[in-house]
Amino acid sequence: MSELNINALVRQAHETNNYDALIELIPYARLIGIECLRLGDDMVFRLPASKNNIGNPILPAIHGGVIAGFMEHSALLHLLMFMEIPHMPKIIDFSIDYLRAGHYRDTFVQCQVWRQGRRVANVAITAWQTNQTEPIATARAHFKVD
Amino acid sequence: MSDNSMLDRAQRFLGALRHCQVLGMQVHNVDSSGLTLRLPYSTQIIGNPETGVIHGGAITTLMDTTCGISTVCVLPEFEICPTLDLRIDYMRPAEPHKDVFGFAECYRVTENVIFTRGYAYQDDPREPIAHVVGAFMRMGKGAQGDSGLKQNIDGAGA
Repeated sequence: MSELNINALVRQAHETNNYDALIELIPYARLIGIECLRLGDDMVFRLPASKNNIGNPILPAIHGGVIAGFMEHSALLHLLMFMEIPHMPKIIDFSIDYLRAGHYRDTFVQCQVWRQGRRVANVAITAWQTNQTEPIATARAHFKVD
Repeated sequence: MSDNSMLDRAQRFLGALRHCQVLGMQVHNVDSSGLTLRLPYSTQIIGNPETGVIHGGAITTLMDTTCGISTVCVLPEFEICPTLDLRIDYMRPAEPHKDVFGFAECYRVTENVIFTRGYAYQDDPREPIAHVVGAFMRMGKGAQGDSGLKQNIDGAGA
């Protein structure tokens, strides 16, 4: 996909407040079922409860890897949407702390870019379910953005 | 514990995790020194449609699972061990159309925490695509809600 395509998709998504095309572009995001919700100037990402995302079947709980993948992809989308990056950011490293079990229900994510340099962006990511002040996981990622 | 019963436990453990079945993950090898799982390449886990390279999230799932199940190599019987934290450093992008293998070992077991480390690779384990460290919490034997799972994973004879 060309640089123009991504920027055009992002612009169109912002204008129409419909981010489906941007999500549809990435097979992995479709697989786990990521959605975008625009709340004023903020963007919240949503992962609806899905049986195929379950890890521990007894609780049941969402697989920790799915929570991490959801958070990583939310950070990537956040960079594309707000930081005017011309192409796909590439992940350098990713670190996640699991704070509570991710139960079988909808999960939400919000991102904060702490620093964007010429080559690298640092993004903090928070995931929660029932209450934003009680996160189920926090993560931090570096992306190469040049 | 024999390598065979370790293999049985690792396979039952992996088989119980629905998302890992969706990704088609399989036990490649297990012995007392560690566990290797295989993540087959598939178009559903692509993260970059231009190159066909798989998403970091799929690699994180592979490595979280590999580190988590590698606890069967050091624990005499099944215990629920939720992930406390996990860190992944990407050495190079995965090559498209190739399976990814995840290796993990437990390098320190304490009363409450198990420290694991590992790497993901494709053709050559000496050239990993990612390095991983993760800490897992020991909930203790008979932790709430694990008895059904424990029976399934340890097997009827355990």
